[in-house]
Parts: sequence; C-alpha cells; structure tokens
Amino acid sequence: MSTDTADGETEQSVSEPARRVPTRRRVEEFLLVLTGLLGAMMIAFIAVDWLRTFPGAVGAIAQTGFEQFLIAGEWADYYLGTNVFQYPFMWRAIATGILVGIVGPLVGTYLVHRQMALIGETLAHTAFAGVAIGIVVVGALGLNATNGRLVLVALVVSVLSALGLQWLTEHTDSYGDVPIAIVLTGSFAVGTLLISWGREFVSVPIDIEQFLFGDMAVVTAEGARIVAVLSVVVVALVAFNYKQFLFITFDETAARVARFNVTWYNALLVTMTAVVVVGAMQILGVILVAGLLVIPVAAASQIAQGFRETLYLSVLFGQASILAGIGMAIWQSLPSGGSVIVVAITIYLGTVALSDRSAALATR
Amino acid sequence: MTTVVDVEDVTFSYGETVAVEDISLSVETGDFLGMIGPNGSGKTTLLHLMIGLAQPDHGSVELFGEPAAEFENGERLGYVAQRSTDRGGAMPVTVREVVLMGRFAHVGHSRLGSEDHEIVDEALETVDIVDLADRPVSEISGGQRQRAFIARALASESDLLALDEPTVGVDADSRSEFYDLLDDLNRQGITIILIEHDVDVLTKHVDTVACINRELYHHGDTVSFIESDALAEAYGKSTGVLDHNHP
Repeated sequence: MSTDTADGETEQSVSEPARRVPTRRRVEEFLLVLTGLLGAMMIAFIAVDWLRTFPGAVGAIAQTGFEQFLIAGEWADYYLGTNVFQYPFMWRAIATGILVGIVGPLVGTYLVHRQMALIGETLAHTAFAGVAIGIVVVGALGLNATNGRLVLVALVVSVLSALGLQWLTEHTDSYGDVPIAIVLTGSFAVGTLLISWGREFVSVPIDIEQFLFGDMAVVTAEGARIVAVLSVVVVALVAFNYKQFLFITFDETAARVARFNVTWYNALLVTMTAVVVVGAMQILGVILVAGLLVIPVAAASQIAQGFRETLYLSVLFGQASILAGIGMAIWQSLPSGGSVIVVAITIYLGTVALSDRSAALATR
Repeated sequence: MTTVVDVEDVTFSYGETVAVEDISLSVETGDFLGMIGPNGSGKTTLLHLMIGLAQPDHGSVELFGEPAAEFENGERLGYVAQRSTDRGGAMPVTVREVVLMGRFAHVGHSRLGSEDHEIVDEALETVDIVDLADRPVSEISGGQRQRAFIARALASESDLLALDEPTVGVDADSRSEFYDLLDDLNRQGITIILIEHDVDVLTKHVDTVACINRELYHHGDTVSFIESDALAEAYGKSTGVLDHNHP
C-alpha cells in the first residue's frame, strides 16, 4: 500500500474510531477464536482421558472419544511421516503445552507491564522446591512419587510462596529485586538440599532434570488434568477481572483512589502466576518457564497499539511458540523447553524488526 | 454549599518524621483549592489523606461526610498523580483505553455499555483529543497525555478532582491551555484540589489557597494569600529531610 493511502486511512480511522474495525484486528480475533477452539479441543481430550477410567456408560463413551483422538493421531503420523501422535502421552504433552501457551502469556501481559517479569522465574524456583518437598513427603508417607502428585505438591508450595512473596514485597518495598532474589535463590537452595537429603531414605524414581529443563515425557494424565482445570479457572478469572487488572497495571494509585482492592488483585495475580508456572514447568522446565510468560508479551508490546491488542497478540505469539517449539522438539528430538523459548525469541526479534512499520499497518 | 473534604487537626508521620502536623481545613462544593509549599512540605501526603489513600495518625478526615478511609464511592473521585505524564511509557495503551478506565469504577465487573462509550467520547471531546483516541499514550506529547488523564477523571463523572502537580514535564503553552480547561471544569461545578509549585499560575486560577510546610501557614482566598507573608514564612522554614517523592 502506498504512503498516501495509509495517511488517508489514518484520517478516516480517526474520524470514525468506534465504527471501523481494522482488518488487522479482525485477523487477530479470528486467530484468537482458532486458538480458543484448539484449547477447548485439548480440554476435551484431557476430559475423555479422565472419564474413560469411570465405570459404566460414561467410561465407555469417553473411551470411544479417547480412541478418536488416537485415530486422528495415527492419521497425523501417516501424513507427517512421524511416530508420535498416536500415543496418549504425546497428546497429553501437546494438550498441556497448548493450554499453558494460552494462560502463560495471558497472565504474563499483566506481570510484564507491572514490571514484575521476574516473579515468574521466582515462582518457578519455588515450584522446584515444591517438587523436592513432594518427593520427601510422598516418600515419607510411603506413597508412590508419581509426577502428578509432585506437581500437586509443587502447586501448593508455589501458591503459598506467591502469597508470601506478595506479603514480603508489601511490607518491605515494591516489587524490588531484593525479595525476588531472596525467594528465588532460597527456594532453589531448599529444593537441592531436600532432594540430596531425601535420596538417603526415600527411593526417588523421578529424573529431576526433567523438571529443571522440561520434558514432554514428564506430563502425566494427572498433571495434564491439573493444567486443564487451572487453565479454565485462570482464563475465567482474567476475563472477569480484565478491567480491574488493567487499571491497577496502568495506574495503581488511581485505581486505589477509585476504591479498587489493589492488595486483593495483586494477591490474585501472583497466585494465578504460581498456578500457571507449575503447569508450564512440566513442558518448559523450572529454568525456562518464565520465558513463556515474558517473551511473547515483549514481542506483542513491540507492535501492539493498545492493551487489548497486546493481550491478544501475546496469546497468539505464545501459542505459535508452543506449537512450533513442540514441532521442532519432535522433529529434531530436542528438549521441548529450549525449543519453545528459541521460537519465542525468534518471534520477538521479528517483531522488533517490524515495529517501525507497525503504526502504519494498524490502520489498514 | 456542602463540605466535600473536612480535615480536622490532622497529623501524619513517616516513622519518626512528621509530614503534616495539626492541619485543619475544609473544601466546599465548587471550590478550586490550590495547595502550595516547598519540596517535602507534606502537600502530597495531605492530598492522599484527603482522598483516603492514607490514614492520619491523629485527627480526622471526612470525604463527602464519611471518614475518608471508609469512603467507598470511588466513582466520585478523579485523580491525576504526580509525574503521571511518565505513565504508559512502555505499556501499549491507547488514549481511549486510558479514558475508559474512568468508567471502570462505575461498571465493576459488568461490560461497558454504549452509555459508557458515549461518556468517554464526550470526555475526549471536552479536552479536545478526539483525534488522538486510538493512538498509544506513549506516542503523544506530555500535554496531550495530561489531557487524557483529565478526560479519564471526567469520564468517571467525579465530583472531586484531585491533581498532584499535573503539569510537571508539560510545555508552557500546554500548561496554560490545561489550566484554562481546569477553570472551565470548575465553572461547571467540579470541585478541584490542585498541588502546584508555580505561585503565579496558582493565584491566577484557583480561588482558595492552602500554603503548607508541614503546618498550615495560610488557608483562605487568593487575595488574602497574596497579601499575607505565608509564602515567605513557609519557604523560609527549614524543609526537613522529607523527600518530595514520598507517597
């Protein structure tokens, strides 16, 4: 398009700001609907995977549905020349990836613009401590230390740590580096000590490296189920509190004057972050999980014109990173965490290159 | 005429440092109160006490007849913070999104309706930034950004506008236009409390002045303030160690 046309359209969009929906926004909304459908399909898979364990008609119907997914996987393997999609564990890993690809950037958008980007990294480390505590507690109780159980313990520890961190920051200073650094290193230290100590009296059948660097094989049916439930809750909470989070993110003092309960919303945000981090940790690993919360948002912020568009693009870039990253991991037999983050950074660099042209594109 | 803010014998300290001491003053409906004083004199603290962002150690503050800290009607208050022109630097938010925030206290968790959008359009029109509505806040000038914040306060249909040095970082022409706009809004019946460093600007626009340096040196109409020695006394007093940027 010529510059003249772009200028002319800019004027037109200014005079009719409320009536005209730019093509770019329509495309974003269309892709967002596709992402939502993909997420719903993955939740359906996780649901039938769970329900098929039920007795009677429910179990039988769910088993049929479950088999349809595997048949679809066989077709995918046939056409792609792969040997992965026909296996339930891979479906669980992909489903978990797609869901955290939605909720990670969704929560990350608020974190990044509240300058709390490192909190994701911190909570991932507390989740690691949670896994370590899980190994010791589950082992001491004489239970089998399944990945699902460890994820559940990590979830509880991470949420409690999130609330503790929130308290610490409110009673010391704002979200400064110091409380973050203390909790980040402290929880990692506790995690390593517990694992080392726990190995002496508890048999640990878990490869801790899988949690550190992320592995699709980590995702169990129980782990996927936890992510599915938490994803629905997080999306619902963000949708319900969109305005409140936006106001507090942009101007916390003005939000206080408008009598928004800022402390409550901050606590809710860090709790949701803890939840998302534990879910995403399975695919991305403790070390890399914060990338999914931050990099797609950084990319979206380069080219978005408003906050709503930032939120949309963050989710789309997050999803693209997950899909391409998992694809790359499958094709080249690479770790999923590293693959997803490398794709996300590639997208980010692309948006940096595009950002100068963004303003003109926005009105087309 | 009803009392909007009633400050009674208020004292507030940050730890050992007394920020405001034994201050009593009231703001009536339709007032345009200007607060002036040296850096670290407790102006921002007093404003925060007035709108319920802080609670006094001693004394009481009433807002629209209720204790300020318990006042729940957030939509009656419009606020523009110190250095608000710095906001939106890295966060992609359009001018329209900023102004829409003024409606958030009204709608709570419900969807914004067509009436809310009409009110936002009117607010944009009042401050003359309709043509900037879909631009990111980060791409407009300091003066334009300030208008966006005022539009947000207008969209909230607030009865009280609290402004903490709103023109810091704004060029001279935009400042002048901005204060003319405040005069218009005050004439329409909106009560305004303004913190401003520039005594000439202050006395030209406001109708009541509160001169503060920890204690209240003067509270009265602009003419009586100009005729008094309050400013010299307030600025002559040691300003202590309080940083001006404290909350």
